[in-house]
Amino acid sequence: MDEEVVRERDARAYEAVHSAADFTELKRRYTRFVVPWTITFMVWYLAYVACNNWARGFMSHKVIGHINVALIFGLLQFVSTFVIAALYGRFANRRLDPLASGLNAKYKRERRR
Amino acid sequence: MISVPFLVPLADAEPGNQALTISLFTAVVAVTLYITWWASRQNRTAADYYAGGRSFSGAQNGLAVAGDYMSAASFLGISGQIALYGYDGFLYSIGFLVAWLVALLLVAELLRNSGRFTMADQLAFRMKQRPVRTAAATSTIVVSIFYLLAQMVGAGSLVGLLLGVKSEGLKAGVIILVGALMIFYVTVGGMKGTTWVQIVKAVLLMAGTVLITFLVLVKFHFNISDLLGAAAAKSGKGESFLQPGLLYGKDLTGQIDFLSLGLALVLGTAGLPHILIRFYTVPDSRSARRSVQWAIGLIGAFYLMTLALGFGAAALLDTGKGSAVEASKGNVASPLLAESVGGGADSLGGAILLALIAAVAFATILAVVAGLTLTSASSFAHDLYANVIAKGKVTERQELRVARFAALGIGAVAIALAIPAQKLNIAFLVALAFAVAASANLPALLFNLFWRRFNTSGAVWSIYGGLISAVVLVIFSPVVSGKPTSMITGADFHWFPLSNPGIVSIPLGFLFGVLGTFLGSDRASEGRYNELSVRSLTGAGAEGPAKH
Repeated sequence: MDEEVVRERDARAYEAVHSAADFTELKRRYTRFVVPWTITFMVWYLAYVACNNWARGFMSHKVIGHINVALIFGLLQFVSTFVIAALYGRFANRRLDPLASGLNAKYKRERRR
Repeated sequence: MISVPFLVPLADAEPGNQALTISLFTAVVAVTLYITWWASRQNRTAADYYAGGRSFSGAQNGLAVAGDYMSAASFLGISGQIALYGYDGFLYSIGFLVAWLVALLLVAELLRNSGRFTMADQLAFRMKQRPVRTAAATSTIVVSIFYLLAQMVGAGSLVGLLLGVKSEGLKAGVIILVGALMIFYVTVGGMKGTTWVQIVKAVLLMAGTVLITFLVLVKFHFNISDLLGAAAAKSGKGESFLQPGLLYGKDLTGQIDFLSLGLALVLGTAGLPHILIRFYTVPDSRSARRSVQWAIGLIGAFYLMTLALGFGAAALLDTGKGSAVEASKGNVASPLLAESVGGGADSLGGAILLALIAAVAFATILAVVAGLTLTSASSFAHDLYANVIAKGKVTERQELRVARFAALGIGAVAIALAIPAQKLNIAFLVALAFAVAASANLPALLFNLFWRRFNTSGAVWSIYGGLISAVVLVIFSPVVSGKPTSMITGADFHWFPLSNPGIVSIPLGFLFGVLGTFLGSDRASEGRYNELSVRSLTGAGAEGPAKH
C-alpha cells in the first residue's frame, strides 16, 4: 500500500480514538493520579533535604537507642517510595489498563475500516 | 561527592589472594563473553540489536535496569562515604531511589508506547526530525560519555586497587581491557547481550551484598542501634557521626549546593538516556511499569544494605587518618569489610570473600560501561546517521553496521580519554551527567508529552539550553578550578560558587523550552500531538515485540 495512504488511515484512526469519551476519561484518571502524587513525593523529598540543611537539631533528636529522627526520616523516604510505586501499580492495573486496552482495540478496528 | 579516582593500592595484597581474585575475574569475563556470543546468534533485525527484540519480561528488565543503574560508584562509593562520614554518606542513595518515582509515574510507560530505539524517537514523533534528533543525540552522547569516563577511570583505579597493582602502566592496561570487553559486548551482543550481562551483574551484586550484610548483622546480633552506636564510637566523631552535617552543608553556600545536588539526583534519573532505552526492551507499557517496580524494589533493598555495609565498616575497620579506607576515600571499605567478616586478613574465609566482592565490583563496572556504550552508539547510528545524515534513506543492514562501528569508535575515544584522565579528579562527572539529564532531557521529554503548544524550537532550545548551562556552570565552578580538590589545580577561574549546577540549570532548561516555543516560528501540529497522547497513553500503534 502507498505510504501516504497508510499515514492518512492511521491519522484518522488516532483522531477517532482521541475523540472517544473513554480516552478523555483515561486522560482524566491518569492526570488525577500522577499530578497530586508527584507533588506529594517531591515536597516530601525536598522537605527531607531541607531538614538535613536547616533543621539539624530536630534531625539529631534520638528516638530509640542510637536511632535518631534523621535516620527514621531517611528510611521513611524508602517506605514512601515503595508504597507510592505499589499504589500506582495497583491503580494502573485496575483503572487505566482496562480503558487503555479497550481504546487500543478501537484503534485497530478503526484502522481496518 | 562519590569518588573513585585517586585510590591507593590495597596494603600488600598477598599473592594467594591475587591468584584467587584473578581467577574469579576471569570467570566473570568468561561468563559474560559466553552470554554475548550466545546473544549474537539471535541478533537479526534492528529491533533485536537496539531493543533486544522487545521480548524481555518485566522482572528481567527490572534486574537489567538495576544492573545498569547501580554503578561501582554506588556499590563501593556510597558504603565508603558512610564508613567515613556516617549519616551524610547515605544521602546520595535517597535521591537516587526517590528519582525512580518520576520515571515510573511520568516517563517509563509513555516513552515505551511512543518511541522505538532512542530517546530522540520520542521527541521526533511530532517535531521536525533533523534539528530535534541532532539535539537529542548530542545530549545523549554527552551525558553517556561523561558517565562512561567516570566509570572507566574508576575501573582503572579500582581494579588496580583490588589486585594490588601500583604501576600506572598496568592501570592503563586495565582501562584498555575494560574498554575492549565493553566494545565486544556491544558490537557482538547488542542490546540482548548487554541486557543479560546486566542481569548477571545485578544478581551477583545483590547476592554479594546480601551475604556481607548478613555477616555484619550477625556480629551485632541484628541490633541496628548497637551497630550504629559501635560505628559512632569507633569513628571518633561520636553522635555527630549519626547526624547530618559531616559532609554537606557546612555553610549557606554548602546548604544550597546540597539542595542543588538533591534536585539533580531526583530529576536526573528519568532523563538518563541509558536508562530510558531500557524501557524499549519489553513488549508493552505494562511490562515497562513492572520493570520500574522491580528496579525500585532491588535498588531500594540494595541501598538499605549499603547502610549496614557502611556503618559496619565504620564499626569494624580502622577508618582513621592514614588507614587504607581513609586513603582510598572510602572505596575499599566494602572489600575490606568483606575480608574482615569472612574471618580477617589472614584467614581463608577472608581471602575468599575479598576476592568475591572484588569480582562483583568488576562485573558491576563491565555491565554499566556496556550499557553506556550501547546507548551512545545507538543514538549515533539511529539518530545522527540514519535520520539526519542519510535522511532515512538507509537499509537496516547499513544502519546496524554504523551502530557497530560507532560502538567501536566511542569505546576507543573513551579509552583514549580515560587513560590521561586518570591523574585528574573527575568524580564530578557522574553528578554532572545527572545535572545535564535533568536540565536538558527531562524538560524536553515532559513538555513533549504534556504540553500541546510545545514545538521544534522549544525542544531544541530546552535541550541545548539545559546542556550548555549545566556544562558552563560546572566549568566555572570550584570542581574545575580554584580549590585544592579541583580538577585543575594550577589556575582559578571559577565564579559560580556551587559544585552542583542543578538548582540553576534545571529551571533554565524548562525556561528555554518555554521561550523557544513562543519565539520559534513553527507551529506544533495539533494532529500529531493528539496522536502522541493517544499512542503514549493507550499503546495504540506502539512497536510490538519481535516475532522470530
